[in-house]
Amino acid sequence: MTRDIRDARTFVLNRREVVAAVLRSRGETLVVSGLGSPTYDVAAAGDHHGNFYLWGAMGGAAMVGFGLALAQPSRRVLVVTGDGEMLMGLGSLATIGVERPANLVIAVIDNQHYGETGMQLGHTGRGVDLAAIARAANFAAATTIETRDELDEWIPRVYRDPGPLFAAIKVVAAPVPMEVPLIDGPHLKNRFRQALLDDKAF
Amino acid sequence: MAPDDPAALPDWPEQIYQVFQDVGIRQVAYVPDAGHMRLIDLCARDGNIRTVALTTEEEGVAMLAGAWLGGQRGALLMQSSGVGNCINMFSMIQECRFPLLTIVTMRGQWGEANPWQVPMGRATPAALESVGVIVHNVDEARRVPETVAAAARLAFQSTRAVAVLIGQRIIGSKKFETRKSDT
Repeated sequence: MTRDIRDARTFVLNRREVVAAVLRSRGETLVVSGLGSPTYDVAAAGDHHGNFYLWGAMGGAAMVGFGLALAQPSRRVLVVTGDGEMLMGLGSLATIGVERPANLVIAVIDNQHYGETGMQLGHTGRGVDLAAIARAANFAAATTIETRDELDEWIPRVYRDPGPLFAAIKVVAAPVPMEVPLIDGPHLKNRFRQALLDDKAF
Repeated sequence: MAPDDPAALPDWPEQIYQVFQDVGIRQVAYVPDAGHMRLIDLCARDGNIRTVALTTEEEGVAMLAGAWLGGQRGALLMQSSGVGNCINMFSMIQECRFPLLTIVTMRGQWGEANPWQVPMGRATPAALESVGVIVHNVDEARRVPETVAAAARLAFQSTRAVAVLIGQRIIGSKKFETRKSDT
């Protein structure tokens, strides 16, 4: 079976609007953003003490979110990352699928390209279906989103349905302005822990 | 590998488990390794420890960073070959000054009979130190508990990445059939 390969130029969703729409109803949700544009997207939606921005550790976003989800089972944990970052940590989908944390959601902002390095075509633009991989890895639900209606239908599920949940959200591969949030590692870590753990943080 | 007489089993895996109890380890991530078999089993049977099998060791480095963000302490168990898989992920540990406690069982060291294990085994201490991980070597079984306890204090009280390398001399080298060409 050959898969229908979609050209990212035909996608309609804008990554900044997608991430802003998802985070609008975040409440007390903790957010981990993956290296590259997803970190800028999450920052552009509004800086928050419950955000942990990755500026490196490519392939690690899902597992940072996973360890956090295990430590904080009463909180939703949302990982916002890119298709290239997710592909580098594909094994983590299998690990998470085995452990099935009910409070973990992974949203891949999938522009099918390596946007930070010159817009080289990525594997998701060449027939690899991340949602199918997450489904095969035993996620509670995994879907591909291409339209605003599909996104609007999915957003309430992010904060309600038992996880682990996965969505590959197809967005147009066009440059967006860089929105640079905090970058200092110890500050990001300590700010996050203080907001979450209060006087137990130190 | 294990001696026939159960009474002769070394007690260092139980002693590491006791240190985990003492310092409040709540998440244990591992890639299976024969040297860690009993410690993994002890942790898996403990209702207060979430024991997670990984597909590759670097997942555990990221996972335990997330655990710390969420207020829990963890430990990563691996074989020396896994250290090479973790290098770039360790850069997050160093930059953010996350604590990290990893217990590494050594291969390619004392009486190794699989030549493919030798290069990474030999490179393990230098590889760890090159990305800011403090290395504690231990080559005598009786020194294991104090070394792990010291590493845990350094990791969680001084917020540092610390690896305890358990020498192959303690674990014993895996026996391979001698090749005919050697005889």
